[in-house]
Formats: sequence, structure tokens, C-alpha cells
Amino acid sequence: MEYTSVLIQFLNGLASASSLFLVAAGLSLIFGVTRVVNFAHGSLYMLGMYMAVWLSERIGFWLAVPMAAAIVGLLGAVVEMVLLRKIYQAPELLQLLATFALLLVIKDAALWVWGAEDLLGPRAPGFAGTVQIADGALPQYDLLLIALGPLVLVVLHFMLAKTRWGILIRAATQDREMAGALGVNQRWLFTGVFALGALLAGLGGALQIPREPANLSIDLSVISDAFVVVVVGGLGSIPGAFLAALLIAQAKTFCIALGYSKATLVVEFMVMAAVLVIRPWGLLGRVPANLRGPAAVPLPFHPPSPRMLRIFAVLSGALVLLPLASDAYALVLLTDILIFALFATSLHFILGPAGLYSFGHAAYFGLGAYAAGIFSLQGKFPMELALALAPLAAGLAALVFGWFCVRLSGVYSAMLTLAFAQIAWSAAFQWDALTGGSNGIVGVWPAPWLASKTAYYYLTLLLCAGAIIFLWRAIFSPFGYALRAARDAPLRAEASGIAVRSMQWAAFTIAGLTAGIAGALYAFSKGSISPEAMGVQRSVDGLVMVMLGGLQTLSGPLWGAALFTWLQDAAARNIDYWRAATGAVILALVLLWPNGLGSFLQSKK
Amino acid sequence: MGVLMVSNLAKAFGGVQAVAGVSFCVAAGEMLAMIGPNGAGKTTCFNMLNGQLAPDAGAIEMQGQSLLGKTPREICRAGVGRTFQITATFASMSVRENVQIALLSHARRLGSLLAAMENKFLKEANELLDQVGLRAQAGRPCAELAYADLKRVELAVALASRPRLLLMDEPSAGMAAAERHAMIQLAAQLARASKIAVLFTEHDMEVVFQYADRVIVLCEGALIAQGTPDEVRADARVRRVYLGELSEPTGDA
Ligand SMILES: Nc1ncnc2c1ncn2[C@@H]1O[C@H](COP(=O)(O)OP(=O)(O)OP(=O)(O)O)[C@@H](O)[C@H]1O
Ligand SMILES: [Mg+2]
Repeated sequence: MEYTSVLIQFLNGLASASSLFLVAAGLSLIFGVTRVVNFAHGSLYMLGMYMAVWLSERIGFWLAVPMAAAIVGLLGAVVEMVLLRKIYQAPELLQLLATFALLLVIKDAALWVWGAEDLLGPRAPGFAGTVQIADGALPQYDLLLIALGPLVLVVLHFMLAKTRWGILIRAATQDREMAGALGVNQRWLFTGVFALGALLAGLGGALQIPREPANLSIDLSVISDAFVVVVVGGLGSIPGAFLAALLIAQAKTFCIALGYSKATLVVEFMVMAAVLVIRPWGLLGRVPANLRGPAAVPLPFHPPSPRMLRIFAVLSGALVLLPLASDAYALVLLTDILIFALFATSLHFILGPAGLYSFGHAAYFGLGAYAAGIFSLQGKFPMELALALAPLAAGLAALVFGWFCVRLSGVYSAMLTLAFAQIAWSAAFQWDALTGGSNGIVGVWPAPWLASKTAYYYLTLLLCAGAIIFLWRAIFSPFGYALRAARDAPLRAEASGIAVRSMQWAAFTIAGLTAGIAGALYAFSKGSISPEAMGVQRSVDGLVMVMLGGLQTLSGPLWGAALFTWLQDAAARNIDYWRAATGAVILALVLLWPNGLGSFLQSKK
Repeated sequence: MGVLMVSNLAKAFGGVQAVAGVSFCVAAGEMLAMIGPNGAGKTTCFNMLNGQLAPDAGAIEMQGQSLLGKTPREICRAGVGRTFQITATFASMSVRENVQIALLSHARRLGSLLAAMENKFLKEANELLDQVGLRAQAGRPCAELAYADLKRVELAVALASRPRLLLMDEPSAGMAAAERHAMIQLAAQLARASKIAVLFTEHDMEVVFQYADRVIVLCEGALIAQGTPDEVRADARVRRVYLGELSEPTGDA
């Protein structure tokens, strides 16, 4: 590349960094004050885009942008008052799940209002042309965005440093109890900050419309980018977010410019990996005080009681005999339930005993499924071999991603797991030659001797039951106890010679591997795989299954998976907006039992 | 020759010099008390000794081997056990399981995924629980225990790694006077019987002077006196900056 085109790419990267920065800054501000990671922040950005496109047809672009931002900010205030306020004291996992549910609801709402087609935005009047730089051309609008990023940084900096409100925000970020004692009206401070964060996200989205059409998948790609920016920059640091946004946007832009647009994900990953290895809390981040894992209150696990064992014996007998009495449809549903029971149990293994977060567990399910398809179709492996190797591929990915995830804790690692899952999803979506892109892979069928639904059901029963029993035994093995020790009191565990991180890393890998078994079984049972198999929706499904069954019970994931899969099967055929329905159910449950569904279940015992 | 030799250990947090050039040693079978007012830097010293914090300067040698730059895990392997000022036990497990897992860790047997832990090192765990007087509570979940008992669980857990040096940060905090004596007496017995070097912090002076072989005094990070309990009791500086604080009535309060 010659000099001018390097310069133009660089300026292009700066322009992209600006809107990324707006989103990440809002996310950071909200987290700093409320300690809630807003998974729906990308959805606010998406709403900003749609709103701005819709408004600019009516009142023109320049009015539409601030209007859209203001509306999204207002919506943020409403969300804070109606939802978040109720769950500040709730366990972290529930908070994350609630904002996740919000993401689902907003996505379907946008689908309902604006339809599934991408919406093209207008050019910005007055900035529609290009500027000539030597012999290259740069959109004028990009120059505007380039100026905007630093401008917002400076404005935010002054607001935080000089205004009374800003000083309150900083006080609340540094010491919530103290700010409360100083007589800060926390309720309105929290609402205000959330509204400001939402407004910044909405503004980021609105400003993006001349460059990119509004679409329904932007929410997740923006939120995972924002997570990467925040993790790289340091959670809670606005200048850190600015630096990281520059770094990530530049890295991506240069990849595209060099003709390796497929490599953007890899490059993003490498940048993040490099930063995290050198500075685990981000470029300008500080070591956070007392981060908790999902099981903040240590939960005892008991080996199954004799009564429970009898129930399982009866259940297993029933599962073996069932095919004699059920039709093909029921058999397929049962196969699904078994597969998701294994998926949920593998997720429970890291959430419960290991006390780690995973908001991207579907990545390993999906990688198992894709690997099975690729091995058997592209690799021409016999089905049995493909089925045996596929989980190893998922386990390998978990080994690599897990190394990073266990280095961070609490919400940091929650964000990282989601970002990794999104990277895996995008790879499946983009890598046409290998994965079939958005169409996925079709024609992944089992070997002839397993072709009947009954035979495949028995194979699934055998493998899933085997894997679930393995995971349960592991919980009561020395390894499982060491994991719990590391979760209950990490410093005590280290001081007793337990290698906390290595144990967690191993647990993460084992969970990925077993999720991979579920994924591979799923691929051969459906005959096809699409990127949806590893989408965020599936990760959430897994979390809902585990939460439904209760984090503190051993068999909870089984009941949760059975109930959820059955409900989904029944509802998906009758409800158009299934995603929003899931989200609404989660929100209702979280609002009704903010201390966890387990508490509800226990109160019923 | 001491089990542990510490020289010129220092650590600052921002502007606060928490530990300022502290040197001392502990011999096998010796009870060494580290005393000093709140914020004197005792816990910070402990955290450096077990590798949780990196010192700014100084040397730490355990039987001639430097512990600098080692992780808490490696330092545990080198024979250093510790208890925490804020009691840390594995709350989701029973008392016996707490000890079992520490024993398994010491034997490097945590890699096993398939065998149940239930019966592993049962005899050894029971012996340790006998030593600290918790045998009767062995099956109870830690979460149900009284605070004084948790302190004893932690002692058993620390002993499970068969340490040659035991660091106990306020092992008797939050206990009644009788329990406090029992706890330190237990530690003293163990130190003598198994030739373990014990370094402990303690705010109850009566307990310190009764059970410690030697005492070192920290004040604002600096070591201001050391010697036998009698020598330290007689030290004018100690009386002024430390004991004085406790016995003299404060004028304007
Ligand atoms: N992680 C830290 N960051 C900043 N300052 C710290 C940190 N840990 C300790 N300090 C400071 O270092 C000094 C020594 O603290 P330390 O906890 O070692 O005292 P201590 O002698 O154990 O007190 P106590 O008797 O209350 O337990 C105190 O001023 C404390 O505020
Ligand atoms: Mg202390």
C-alpha cells in the first residue's frame, strides 16, 4: 500500500473508533455507578440507528440524530426505573440475565416495528461528498466523526471533573457507600447515569446510519465489540475506552484494507489477547475490588441421596423403554431433550462448582456441531469418527478461550465469554468455504446403522447419560472439591497449594468438550447446522435451563432442560416472537424472584 | 539456624509505607509473636511471606532457599502454611472435607476426576481434627460453625500441608478469653511437638507474654523492638508507642 491509502485507511479507522467509543463509554459509565453490565447496550445502539433512519425521513437527518439519541436516552431512563432499580441487590448472574432478556425483547420489538430487511439511511446533508487527500478520497462525513470522538471524550471528562453531577458520579463509582452517606440521591443519580449511557449508545447508532444500514444483527456485534473495547481499555475508564476503541478500530480497518476482511475477528482477538496477557485489567484499568463469581453464596452440593438414585433408576428405565411407546415426533423431541440436558449440565459444571461465568457456552456446542459436519462432509470421515473427533475440536477451542477467561473474574470474564462466542459465531457466519456461511452445512447424516430415529435415540441416550454421569462424578472427585475450594476461598485454596487457575481452566475445557459432544449429536440428529446453533440465543437458552432448575442442585439442569426444550417446542410452533417471549418470561421471573429462582424453588420445598 | 530468615523487607501502598525494612528470623519449634497496633503492617508482612504480595525490597529465605518471586502455591509446597486474619474456609464443604482437600492438595492428588473424594485421606483428616479438637463436628457444614470453630478448621487446613513454618494472622480474633488461651496453647504444643516454627500476631498481650518464646514489635511498618517477652515488656519505646497507648488514659477523649 502506498502512503496516501495508508493515511486514508487510518482516518477511516479513526471514524469507526468514534462510534465504538460512544457505546463503550456509556457501558463503562453505567457499570462504574450501578455495577451492572448492560448486555442490552448494543440494542440501544441498534435502536438509535433505526430511530434515526425512521426520523430522518420525516424531519431530516440533522434533527433526527439528536432526537433519536434523546429518545434512546429517555428509554434508558424508563428501563432503569422499571427494571434495573428492582435488581441492584440481586445476584450478579440474575442482573446479567435480565439485561440479556432485554436484548431479546428489543430485538423482536425492532423486528416487529421495522421488519427484517436492512434499512438504508440517508447521507448526511452538507457532508455527502468526499475530500481529496493526495490521490485518494475520504468521505467528508468521516472527518466529522473523527472530530466527534475526541470532542465527546473532552466533554465527558469535563463533565466528570467539573460539574457537581460529574463529581457525584465519580464519588459513586469509587465508593458507593460513601456517596450514599454524603446524601447523594442515589436513585436519581443511577437513573441519570443510565440515561446518559443510553443516550451515548443511541447517538453512536444514529451517527452511524450514513455509513451502514440499520439491521437486526448489529446489536450483538456492537455489544461484543464494546465488551472487547471495555476489557482492553479497562472497565470504568473513559480514556481507556477511547484508546482501546482506536486500537481495535484501526486493527480492523487495516485488515479490511489489506484484503483480509475475514481476518478482522482474528486480529481483534489477537489485540485483546496481547493486552490481556500484559495488563489483565486493561490498558488503563485498575484491579477491581471484590469481584464475585455466579455462586456468590457458596452452595453445597450433595451426592444424590438413595431416594434420588431410585428416581434416576426409574427414569433411566423409562427412557430406555420409551421408544417402544412413542411416535417419531416424540422420539425426536426426546432426543433434543437429552442433548440439551447434557448441554445444560456442562454449563452448570462451570457456573456451579467452578463458580465461573459463561455467557457464550453455545460456542462450544456449535463448534462441536460444525466440527462434526465438516469432518464428515469435507473430511469424508466415517460418521463414528467424526462424532468422536468433533468434541475434541470444541474442547480445543475451550482450552484456548478458557485460558483468557479464567484470568479475569466476575463480570469481566462474563463479557469475555460472550465476546469469544460472538467471534466463533462470526467465523461460522463468514467463512463460507468451510461452514457454508449463513446457510450452514446440510446433509450431515448418521451412519446407516444409526439412521432410524430409534437407533439414534439410543445412541444419544447412551452418550448423554454417560457424559452427564461423568460430570456429576467429577463434582465429587478430588478435582471437583478442589474447584469448589477455589470458588469458596481462592486465597485459602492457593495458600493450601491448590492451583486455582489451572483447575478452573481444566473445568472450562471439560465443560467445552462435553458441550461439544451435545453439539455433535445435535448436528447428526438434525442433518444440518446453521450459525444459529452457536448464536447468543442458544447460550441464553442454556443459562435459562440452568436457572430454571436451580444452580444449587445437581439434577436441576436436567429438569430445566426438559421443561425448557418441551416448552420451546410447543411454543415455537405457535408464537411468532419466540425470542421476545423468552425474554419476557426471564424478565418476569427475575422481577418476581430477584434473589434467584432457586430461592423460589427452595421456598416451595 | 532459623527456619525463616527475613531481612529488610519493605512494602509501600501508594504513599503509605506499610512495611519499612523489617528483619527477623524464626527457629524450628519456636513461637514468635508479632505485635503492633492496628495498621502496623503485620498482615502486609504475612502476605509477603506467603507470596500473595510482592515486596518492594528485602529478602525472604526459608531454610536457605529464597522465597522471593514465588507464588503462594509454591511457597506452600516449600513448607509454609498460613491462616488468614479474616477467616477463610471452604464454606460449601463439611469440616472434614476442608481438611481432606488440603491433604489431597499436599499429596498432589487433585487431578483425579473419577474417584470419589469421600474416603480419601480419611484417617489423616480425622487425626488432624482430633488435634484441633473438632472431631465431633467433622461432618458439619462449615457454614454452620461458630467463628471460633472456623478458626480451628483453618488451623487444621493449614496443618494439612505439613508446614515447617506456620503463619497465623490473629488466630484468636473474635474469641472469648478462655478460647483464646486454648487456641494459642494448641499452637504452642504443636510447635514444640512437631518442631514447627510459628509466627503469629495477637492483640491480647496477656496471651502473647504467656505463650510466645520471643516477641517482635512493629509500629508504622518499622520493627521497633525484639526479644523475650520480658525484654519487650521492659522496653521503653514499646511502652511508649504501643503499650502506652493501651494503658494510659487518653486525655482529651
Ligand atoms: N492492599 C492495600 N492497599 C493499600 N493500603 C493497604 C493495603 N493493605 C494494607 N494497607 C495499608 O497498610 C498499612 C498496614 O496494614 P496491615 O493490614 O498490614 O496492618 P495490620 O498490622 O495487619 O493491622 P491490623 O492489626 O488492623 O490487622 C495500613 O495503613 C493499611 O491501610
Ligand atoms: Mg492485620
